[in-house]
Amino acid sequence: MSRYGLLLASILFAAPVFSAPVSEDPLERRMLDIAKDMRCAVCQNQPVSESNADLARDVRRIIREQLEAGKSREEIIAYFVERYGDFVLLKPRYEGAGLVVWILPISFILILGVSAFIFIRRRLRAQLPPPPELSEEDAARVRAARQQEAP
Amino acid sequence: MRPYLVPVGVFVLLVVLLAVGLTLDPRLIPSPLINKPMPEFTLPNLRNPDATVSRADLLGKVLLFNVWASWCQACRQEHPLLMELARSGVVPIYGLNYKDKRPDALRWLDQLGDPYVAIAADADGRVGIEWGVYGVPETFVVDRKGIIRYKQIGALNKKLIQEKILPLVRQLQAEGS
Repeated sequence: MSRYGLLLASILFAAPVFSAPVSEDPLERRMLDIAKDMRCAVCQNQPVSESNADLARDVRRIIREQLEAGKSREEIIAYFVERYGDFVLLKPRYEGAGLVVWILPISFILILGVSAFIFIRRRLRAQLPPPPELSEEDAARVRAARQQEAP
Repeated sequence: MRPYLVPVGVFVLLVVLLAVGLTLDPRLIPSPLINKPMPEFTLPNLRNPDATVSRADLLGKVLLFNVWASWCQACRQEHPLLMELARSGVVPIYGLNYKDKRPDALRWLDQLGDPYVAIAADADGRVGIEWGVYGVPETFVVDRKGIIRYKQIGALNKKLIQEKILPLVRQLQAEGS
């Protein structure tokens, strides 16, 4: 038993020797930062950064190359929009048809909220109708119930 | 107006909108390259790698620019139609062999026939991206001045060629002369 324990311990402690050092590539990080906002045309609704499609891989490579060439984020995204259209933007633009996409849900929630507010306030202010008079029959039932409660 | 008509109206509107949405194909992305000049490129000629095919070779005539690959199933489906079109001699067809291995592409042409005037070999898919290619096969109609006038995503079929491609080609050919 202790022999196995020793073996296990030595494997655990030796593990770092075999593991590859993690390298952080700043260019890769900048590339992924752009790719995560771009939609893959093949596997739609997946960002280029996460897609395994061939096209996404090529797009990532081109982003890297353009970054190396000193292009800015806006220039690189514009390059792909020129070729694939606004479709590649995971976040629609704030103009044209994109504006509708942004404004419609916000205005919908606003309209719903405001009308709910008005509706509830009106309900709260409205006078309640006076309670109906207790009929003789009901009054008798109340009296009977009270007598039952009292021991 | 009766108050219950409002939710019913909203519901009907929603149904109509969603019904229209269902008939659209989300895979068809409208290309921003329509009515734009075709992109600049120079690639090795697939048949003769020492020579090149470039944008300049495509200028001055109405042509079809067909993106294909030997690994693409739908390309096999549309290939006989391209052969037929090439035999008719109505319009020259240029090819872009997209992300393919040269021996595979050559074997394909030997087996199925070669409808292309010239084929540019785009081994790493870079020129494909310049053309906004995302689903092979794709077919572009380009006019005399090198302006892209139409793009078909996916395989061609008889109906499409008869009703869309050929009328457009004839119209463009008449325009320039």
